[in-house]
Amino acid sequence: MTIVWNDPVNLMSYVTYVFQTVFGYSKEKAEKLMKDVHHKGKAVVSSGTREEMERDVQILHSYGLWATLQPDSAK
Amino acid sequence: MSSGFSSHKDGVIAEFEPAEVSILKSLVSQVLGLVEPGLTSDDPLERALGIGAAQAPSDPVLKRLFPSAYEDDEDSADFRRYTEATLREGKRADAQTMLDTAKPGRSELTPEQAQAWLRSLNDVRLALGTRLEVTEEVHDEIAMMSEDDPRYPAYVTYDWLTYLQDSLVRALW
Repeated sequence: MTIVWNDPVNLMSYVTYVFQTVFGYSKEKAEKLMKDVHHKGKAVVSSGTREEMERDVQILHSYGLWATLQPDSAK
Repeated sequence: MSSGFSSHKDGVIAEFEPAEVSILKSLVSQVLGLVEPGLTSDDPLERALGIGAAQAPSDPVLKRLFPSAYEDDEDSADFRRYTEATLREGKRADAQTMLDTAKPGRSELTPEQAQAWLRSLNDVRLALGTRLEVTEEVHDEIAMMSEDDPRYPAYVTYDWLTYLQDSLVRALW
């Protein structure tokens, strides 16, 4: 799972925009994920193979989001 | 403040006062100085493949710009070795685009340049926000802060960058 964590710098509008741009999510889905990050402290933003998630984390880091990866076996 | 961004065809229009361009360029140059090219290994093959350092940076700003990807230290080190040099290159290229295209008055940015600005403005905010140790209440804090407070100029700059970034996101949407 690719997880994005809340931080005090990234703007809500920016985080929503990044989810739409990176994952192609609808504005509604991107906004819901952004709100989960903001209110619950984190949200699962994508899942897939390890290679796919590592690529997602790397792109999110290029946008400055605090993203981590949790192998499914460690759930 | 009339400065900021607006939509224009596929790209955006940027509008700045000369003094604002100087501030932006100075801040972006500082980030460019901080994000040095990745420390790659002595091994020429690893260097050619862009394989870099495994250790997390000790500076809090660099740690925030290049977070650890895994809870597990070994997995994190592996990920870092294969990605950090590329990430550093990307951030440096974004910062350079911003330095090359920041101009006083009205100027047009292509969609690619606007994306570079978006990421680079955020890197500057992350760097400044980490140094200032801002919290979610930063905007209320600024509103309450006395202008004599030694932290005031840095906080006002941070607030301005926040406004700019939000303006750019809305121009791109």
